[in-house]
Amino acid sequence: MWQRFLRKNPYLFALLLLVVLIAINVNLQSNFFSLRAINGNFRVLLPLMLLAVGQSIVIIGGGIDLSVGAIVSLVNVILVTRISPESGLLGVILAILLGCASGMLAGAVNGVCVALLRLQPIVTTYATSFIFSGLALLILPRPGGQLPRAMTRFYRSTPLNIPVAVYVIIVLLLIWGLVRGSRYGQYLFATGSQADAAYTTGIPVLRVKFASYVVAGLFSALAALALTLGIGSGNARIGDAMTLESIVAVVLGGTRLRGGQGGVAGAIIGVAILGIIRNLISFADVPTWYQTLVNASIIVLALAGPGAWQLVARQFGKQRQLRRPA
Amino acid sequence: MTTSSPNQTRSRLRRIAPSPPLIALLLAIGLFFLGGVIRPGFVNVNQAVNILRLASLLGIVAAGQTLVIISGGEGIDLSVGSVVTLGAILTFRFSNGSNWLLIVGLVVALLAGALVGLVNGVGIVGLRIPPLVMTLGMAGVVEGIVLVVTQGAVQGGTPPLLAGLISSNVLGIPGSAYLWAGVAVGMWLLLERSTYGKHLFAIGVNRQTARLSGVRVPRVVLITYTLSGMLAALGGFCLLGFTQRVFLSLGVPYLFPSIAAVVVGGTVLAGGKGSYWGTMAGALVLTLINSLLTAMQLSEAYQLMVLGTTLVVLISIYGRQRGVRQ
Repeated sequence: MWQRFLRKNPYLFALLLLVVLIAINVNLQSNFFSLRAINGNFRVLLPLMLLAVGQSIVIIGGGIDLSVGAIVSLVNVILVTRISPESGLLGVILAILLGCASGMLAGAVNGVCVALLRLQPIVTTYATSFIFSGLALLILPRPGGQLPRAMTRFYRSTPLNIPVAVYVIIVLLLIWGLVRGSRYGQYLFATGSQADAAYTTGIPVLRVKFASYVVAGLFSALAALALTLGIGSGNARIGDAMTLESIVAVVLGGTRLRGGQGGVAGAIIGVAILGIIRNLISFADVPTWYQTLVNASIIVLALAGPGAWQLVARQFGKQRQLRRPA
Repeated sequence: MTTSSPNQTRSRLRRIAPSPPLIALLLAIGLFFLGGVIRPGFVNVNQAVNILRLASLLGIVAAGQTLVIISGGEGIDLSVGSVVTLGAILTFRFSNGSNWLLIVGLVVALLAGALVGLVNGVGIVGLRIPPLVMTLGMAGVVEGIVLVVTQGAVQGGTPPLLAGLISSNVLGIPGSAYLWAGVAVGMWLLLERSTYGKHLFAIGVNRQTARLSGVRVPRVVLITYTLSGMLAALGGFCLLGFTQRVFLSLGVPYLFPSIAAVVVGGTVLAGGKGSYWGTMAGALVLTLINSLLTAMQLSEAYQLMVLGTTLVVLISIYGRQRGVRQ
């Protein structure tokens, strides 16, 4: 029964790890739960959370997207070049819509390559990431740009004493709750777990796959929006490092890379774990040269956690079977 | 009946269709002369020798990647970039610029590479961590170890012998190409003429059936990742002879090209099918594209976009997956 519960809620292990990490963090950083610190942490982590949500949709559908970071860069420079400190509300909204459309278009390019042309997702999205990076560099060759004060202030604000980022996460989880039960959600899981079987039962596999990449593109654009609001400027290379982090976060959250299983909550927890680890390292006074090693080692240990648990559980299972009289 | 059924035509076509390595090789030769058309003066012996030298470095790094990808099970090694750096730094440190200690540097580098690969294998086989994230995590760990050990400044030197070996031309062919040929023969023996090779292809096609027919799957996977680490370290050793200096991001530019070279050479990312000849041709093609782009003197933005588009086209030649309908 315990095994089944775990299978139904794959992010349980991640949640446990997160609680432990937070407990350690609170010991090191006494003001961890102050509104200021919480807001700061969420503000920094929201872009990666949005990106990991998009990534987990693609991964559940049986694919992978190595171009999400490049799409973040592309949308970041689009936003920054379309919005100036003097922009009015209408201009800002138009720019955001343009950014979202660009992200979805980039996702559609991936979708066409992977779903229609049947190219292998890992190398294909890696190749398209060059195209998006090149475009970003073309739009903004040198880092720069500035947003209206009101925009960055809005991103920092805490209506009803709750950070804006938290509202975004709650809305995301609500939407996911609806989508997971909907027809598209069922199709997505079916496509990811066994495309052939899904096809024979009449699921439009190609369309579902295509849509998953477009959704990832949209979430990359939203991640870019959050990132741009957070830093207030543009850089054609800003998203590069986020691609692989988003995949690690998805896996930490209990989503299988093979597809057909997992969820958005896990991805958000995964990003939170990555963020807390980084937070811990800076508050634990780890010497600068050791920080990368400590960070990477904790991530590997966290990844190994569920596997090690299963290994132990299997050993116990064997012993119990042996003890039972035949 | 003189008309043949579509099935027969297709099988006949398949017989005529040349193998992926051959296509890639023809492509490489075509690209070289295309370079001559685009920029007169591109086609000359010096250029060819230079491209061969660069391609041999990529080819050696991609040898391990070929093994890992053939082994299937979502096999991929994202730690090769860091291991290349590690191999170069260890050779630099332990040989300390002396010809006599070169062999010590080589042995230490290979052992360290093998150890990293072994840890990858243990995580993947024992703890069931997906290869993509396990090797990515180990890439971080290796990078961290390098940072801790070197503290940013590496003491040591490049033995003149090594520099001479890589950069000198014997009979008009760069020394690194001879090394590459040696690796190629070794890879051929390993893949086509050894029990390990047979087992490798068997587990790549289907682990379940391989296990049932007596292949010790975990052991083969362990050996594969260990070999990949060793070959990446060997790549770092050779790279040191080329650059004659070390820095922390030395191996990074080899990570994704090593995967792309394997795929362009017709090895299927799903595993169980492929050859090292293909990877060699793929390494040549990728190196040629890079030198062509440099020779065309495009701005970085256009270079990235052209590279991305070319990669998509290359992948679509042989990287297509089976459709859901068949």
